[in-house]
This record gives sequence, C-alpha cells and structure tokens, in this order.
Amino acid sequence: MIARLLRRDLAQFFPFTGGGAALPVIFFIAVAMLYPFAVGPDPAMLARTGGGVIWIAALLAAILPLDRLVARDIELGHFDQLRLRGVSEEAMMAVRWLAHWLSFGPPLIVAAFPAAALLGLDGPTLHLVLLGLLAGTPGLAAIGLMIAALTSSLRAGAALSGLLLIPLALPILIFGAGALARADAASIGFVAAISLGLVAIAPFAAGAAIRAVR
Amino acid sequence: MQGSDTPSIIATDLACMRGERILFRRLSFDLRAGEACHVTGANGVGKTTLIRTLAGLSPPFAGDARASGTIGLLDERMGLDPELSLARALDFWFALDRTADRAAVLARLRLSGLAQVPMRYLSTGQRKRAGLARLLGQGADVWLLDEPLSGLDAASQVLVETLIAEHVAGGGLALIASHQPLRIVGLQTLAIEDYAPAPEAEPA
Repeated sequence: MIARLLRRDLAQFFPFTGGGAALPVIFFIAVAMLYPFAVGPDPAMLARTGGGVIWIAALLAAILPLDRLVARDIELGHFDQLRLRGVSEEAMMAVRWLAHWLSFGPPLIVAAFPAAALLGLDGPTLHLVLLGLLAGTPGLAAIGLMIAALTSSLRAGAALSGLLLIPLALPILIFGAGALARADAASIGFVAAISLGLVAIAPFAAGAAIRAVR
Repeated sequence: MQGSDTPSIIATDLACMRGERILFRRLSFDLRAGEACHVTGANGVGKTTLIRTLAGLSPPFAGDARASGTIGLLDERMGLDPELSLARALDFWFALDRTADRAAVLARLRLSGLAQVPMRYLSTGQRKRAGLARLLGQGADVWLLDEPLSGLDAASQVLVETLIAEHVAGGGLALIASHQPLRIVGLQTLAIEDYAPAPEAEPA
C-alpha cells in the first residue's frame, strides 16, 4: 500500500517524469549561472560567496513545487479516497514528504556539482556544500510540506507559502551556509538536528492540517 | 470486505453544522444490507455534509453516525489524476482495491474505448462514469453517492440506477443524495428538510 502511494507521488513530483517538475533543478542551475554575470567574474569573490549563493538557490528551488504539493490532491479528492481505505493522514503526509524530498533534494545535490563549477568553488567548499545540502534539504522539504498543507485551503496559498517558508528556513540556512564561512563541518551537525526535528513533526502537523481543511 | 460485519449505516440523533449554521438535527435512521435510501432536499440543506459525515470525513456536531463495512464514496471529485490516461488513473485505485476484472468494469461503464485518453480530455459525463468505474472496482459494501446522476445523459442515468439496484440486490447498501428522481425498486426516501432547525422568526 505505502509503496504504491510512494510510486504514485513520485510520478507526480519527480523531475523528468511528472510534467514540468524539473523546474526547481533548472532554476537552481540558472541562479548559479547568472550570479557571476551579475557580480562580475572575480574568481576570489566567487569562490568566497559561491557557497552561499548555492544555498539561497536551493532554498528558492524548494519553494517552487509547493503550490502543487498538497492543494491539488485535496481538490482531486485523492486524500478522501485514501482515508476511506484506511490510510491515515499522517501516513499520507509522510509518504508525501519522502516523495517531495526525493524529487528535489537528491537532484539539487547532483546539480550542485555543475553549480560549483560555474562559481569556481574549491574542493573542500564543495564538500561542505554537499554535506550541508544532504543534511538541510530534508528539513526544507518538511517545512515546505507543513506550509503547503496549512495553506492548501487558501486561494493565494502558492504565493503565501513562499513567503512563509523563508523565515522558517532561516536556521537551516544560517547553520548550513555558516559552515562554509568558517570551513567548519560541525555546524552541519546542527543542520542535521534541525532537519531531523522538522521531519519528525511534519507528518503530524501536515496531517492535522489536511484533516482540518476537509 | 471487513470480516463478518454486515454492512449498515446507523445515525443516532445526528446534527451537522456547516460554518456557523446548523443544517439539520435529531436525524436518526438505520440502513441495513440490501437497502437503499434516497436523500432529497434543495441545494444547501446538507446532503453533501451528511454524506461526508457518514463517510467519517467530517465529524458530526452532535449525535453519532456509524457506517460498518467498507465505504465507497462518489462525489464531484473523482480522485483520478488529470494528466494520466483513464486506464492508468483507474489502475492506481484498482491496484489498491485489488480489483479482479478491470476490463469488465470499464466495459460495464462503456469506457473501454476511452481507456488511453488522458483524464483531462474527458467530458463531465465521462469523468463521472470514470468515478463510477472506480467505485464499482472498489467493491465496497456501503455506497455513499453524492449527486451520481448530475452531468450524465439519459442512458448513463439508467445505467447508474441499474448499478445501484444490483449493488443493493447483492447485499450492499446505498445512500444516494440527489435532487433528481431515482427509479429504483424498494427505494426509501429521507427528506433532510424535515430535520432542519426551525427558523428563528417563527418558533416551532
């Protein structure tokens, strides 16, 4: 049952299979490509600030799929039908979180390689960026899911969810990008801890939210 | 199918609210296997709310509503992914429900020729029939149908009535909310308006 749900959710969200879901990755690379044009091709400065740009691009890319993450399946009656078959809202949202993360987390981590090349990051910095994204994107997916579920009944939900995600994602951004500034892998541990907490809460918060909307 | 439970819907002193307004109260009925009930009433009297409450999707304001047996729900939302073909969208539910004969379900609803057409290209009536196919494939004991005839042509309306009659004859039960008349033998009727709270201007 859960495997079937995950497969269906992945088909909806995974880049290159679902319609237009590759957008976050393209967006991410586009930001990395435009940044040197905007600030000038000074290699030293690019190497110093590039990691931070990757983080901001990742944060913004995480916002893109939010409008179709939950609201669409409420309109379709998909969650109602699953509920009648005994699937709890928490299980639906846990599966949805996994599908959402798989659809933008790993692709962003892969896309970080060309992005790092475009920005001229050195090996150790790239290493910290990859570790940080690995630790941080599950948390970003969890925040995104909770916001998407909470705003699913609102008409302007899509625009609002982007605004709501940014302040909530600040701790992940501060510790994740902070690791780059001090070349210190320890703060990635903080990122992982924040992510873990968010991932643990997300299915319950999002599940309660879609129950309330119904 | 759930164990040895015979399917039933039992409502006791049920009251439902929508927004800040009580739609109906003191509604009690007992529907057993082999029975069908037509819930009538004008738009907005609470037919949909009653169906969603019985399905366990929204909590009652007061009283108790219980359906035993597996529940199949058909309302205006079909739960079928618009970008998938009809066959693939239905297959998701058929796989969950372990539907034995998918082709027969499609043929029964005259959808076989549309199997490869994306859901979003289907007309209102075709989409409704796709929803009915999902319901039929589910093989649930209790059918909760919200306006099953809306958007259907005359032939399809007769088909829906036949399907309901067969479901009931086969030991299932059905509760149908519709403002259109239904031609089904032995159909009970429940007029929700009878349970509406008295208007405040003229106390009962």
